[in-house]
Amino acid sequence: MCDQTFLVNVFGSCDKCFKQRALRPVFKKSQQLSYCSPCAEIMATDGLHENETLASLKSEAESLKGKLEEERAKLHDVELHQVAERVEALGQFVMKTRRTLKGHGNKVLCMDWCKDKRRIVSSSQDGKVIVWDSFTTNKEHAVTMPCTWVMACAYAPSGCAIACGGLDNKCSVYPLTFDKNENMAAKKKSVAMHTNYLSACSFTNSDMQILTASGDGTCALWDVESGQLLQSFHGHGADVLCLDLAPSETGNTFVSGGCDKKAMVWDMRSGQCVQAFETHESDINSVRYYPSGDAFASGSDDATCRLYDLRADREVAIYSKESIIFGASSVDFSLSGRLLFAGYNDYTINVWDVLKGSRVSILFGHENRVSTLRVSPDGTAFCSGSWDHTLRVWA
Amino acid sequence: MQDDKTGGVPIRTVKSFLSKIPSVVTGTDIVQWLMKNLSIEDPVEAIHLGSLVAAQGYVFPISDHVLTMKDDGTFYRFQAPYFWPSNCWEPENTDYAIYLCKRTMQNKARLELADYEAENLARLQRAFARKWEFIFMQAEAQVKIDRKKDKTERKILDSQERAFWDVHRPVPGCVNTTEMDIRKCRRLKNPQKVKKSVYGVTEESQSQSPVHVPSQPIRKTTKEDIRKQITFLNAQIDRHRLKMSKVAESKEPSQHRVKRWGFSFDEILKDQVGRDQFLRFLESEFSSENLRFWLAVQDLKEQPLQDVAKRVEEIWQEFLAPGAPSAINLDSHSYEITSQNVKDGGRYTFEDAQEHIYKLMKSDSYARFLRSNAYQDLLLARKKPESEQGRRTSLEKFTRSVGKSLAGKRLTGLMQSS
Repeated sequence: MCDQTFLVNVFGSCDKCFKQRALRPVFKKSQQLSYCSPCAEIMATDGLHENETLASLKSEAESLKGKLEEERAKLHDVELHQVAERVEALGQFVMKTRRTLKGHGNKVLCMDWCKDKRRIVSSSQDGKVIVWDSFTTNKEHAVTMPCTWVMACAYAPSGCAIACGGLDNKCSVYPLTFDKNENMAAKKKSVAMHTNYLSACSFTNSDMQILTASGDGTCALWDVESGQLLQSFHGHGADVLCLDLAPSETGNTFVSGGCDKKAMVWDMRSGQCVQAFETHESDINSVRYYPSGDAFASGSDDATCRLYDLRADREVAIYSKESIIFGASSVDFSLSGRLLFAGYNDYTINVWDVLKGSRVSILFGHENRVSTLRVSPDGTAFCSGSWDHTLRVWA
Repeated sequence: MQDDKTGGVPIRTVKSFLSKIPSVVTGTDIVQWLMKNLSIEDPVEAIHLGSLVAAQGYVFPISDHVLTMKDDGTFYRFQAPYFWPSNCWEPENTDYAIYLCKRTMQNKARLELADYEAENLARLQRAFARKWEFIFMQAEAQVKIDRKKDKTERKILDSQERAFWDVHRPVPGCVNTTEMDIRKCRRLKNPQKVKKSVYGVTEESQSQSPVHVPSQPIRKTTKEDIRKQITFLNAQIDRHRLKMSKVAESKEPSQHRVKRWGFSFDEILKDQVGRDQFLRFLESEFSSENLRFWLAVQDLKEQPLQDVAKRVEEIWQEFLAPGAPSAINLDSHSYEITSQNVKDGGRYTFEDAQEHIYKLMKSDSYARFLRSNAYQDLLLARKKPESEQGRRTSLEKFTRSVGKSLAGKRLTGLMQSS
């Protein structure tokens, strides 16, 4: 009897779902049962993977991970700090707070520099987003977001707009205007929509596209003008906390870090994960590319920062000390890439020698956690934002 | 850290005026311990870390509400595990009210309320006006229980309880270390435990903390997720491994392959089997040291850094040193350069020499190899059964070999000119 022309001559309750439907005979382990059509189809597709239990798949994945580590280890002939012994040691390190930006009413959560190397945008827990002139410490613009905990903010490459978002699950773009009469909030454009909080956002090389990371475990690329989703990136098993775009002009990749302890490198055109690194022991709070684009650093709640090389496809350095027991919330490289600035939850900023793996300096000054840290585009200074309501510019 | 005998800080009972202060440590002791055990060079760092530990609530100064660490004789006490912040307490205002109330009932100078605490109490009285009788009763019950305890024990417990509240209801102006990053709130280990009352008071209306987003179910990994992961891992492993062609392993090289060796010197060097054949030919001519030197230098370039120096020495001894067993023929200029390089011993010590030998092999040995019987036989896919050869007449052999060498010349001539 051909499948296409079976006659329904049995009507009754399905042996699987117990609903009253037209039934077909189905053979399971030489026992005849009666399933309704949908259940029969499900059974047919399930059968393909019948022998694969969750446990067997997991053990297969584990053994593959082991093999991958073996392959990676074959190229591992020397440690970074050993090769770096030939490199000249750094001179005396003197960096002080040169400006303190006061004005936020609550914890500062995020900040970004403008490409003009002078302006800074910062966002805080009370919903305020402020644009400052870092030389004069004047506030140039201020917007109040309708939500609290604005965890992400970014300056557009042109300097004409800012993007921000947080607990509202959205990323909004505000064009910056110097017209005093205009209400900035009126021109707001909602670009991204996620199903959970927005943890990070960044413009790509132009004002037209924004890359966002969210607590719903995904990253997404959006078109600013239309608000359309251009590409989404699935793969993280938990909240994505940070992202950074590759520095090249024709850049097509970015790295993201999440609460699943993984740092993943993505291809923006295909939406696929290209490389993944899972050596941290806790949430990755911050990732930043090395200036050349061949490596990236990450800061995590496990109190370490790590350097991953993309060509060697492995972790090549760990920056940690016994005396550092609080998580690193934010990292950034100096212009040359020789120094790594990392802000920690113990109110300090540690400066690491990237090549030698040693700590160059520890900077005190903030009175609460350092939540965000960025080096200026020309490398002459860096700015840190903290839960003590202030931002400090160091040089 | 607390046990003196196993390298911890000394905890003592200190005599002071008319009474004894039980179970204290000095600030200096703690700072010293931190510096020693966490390899901290700068005392400023140790004091900072100590202050943070105090601010979190694991250690506290016995006579100050402000939780900080000083490197002097100030006395500190360790907090009881019951009150540790790692238990993720989020004590309710009712508990705080009970506590402040209790303090006012006990007639002791040291338990007098500070200004900010008095203000807090007044505020709470207004807020809990209706429940105040209940709170008062709870406070009385607590005082009764406390009276039954031993005096010294009570001193310690009182101070620990006070430190607990200093963490959760900090002095105005102090950092509130219980504040959490909202992104991490969802994954608190024990969200249920948080709502438990410090004094075991059960209440119907436990208020929802505005900071806590109702905990979302953590996404369980499905079979599909793991299948995707397996595909990804396989792709990564393939990237790392260069799949060697199975043909390379076989003993009989195909005709195509043998022909390829005749295209250029590089082709034969690239192919493992080609190299072997060439080596065998050179051995028959007693000039195999050239190729062996070249191969050794290639291998040197791939050695791990720690072995490089050793290998350089070995190669020098084998091929170049005066009286070497496999001495290669280098002109004096090259020899000079190489012997200089050997002193530095890097991967590229023999670059110059290798290039010379390469040119030598290419112009001389390689050309002869292509004309050789061995190569020609392989090229024409001819198996040489020894018995058969014997049957050919010497004339046949002669004409054959002349023909071969002529053909070889023409072929190599063609190849090399193209």
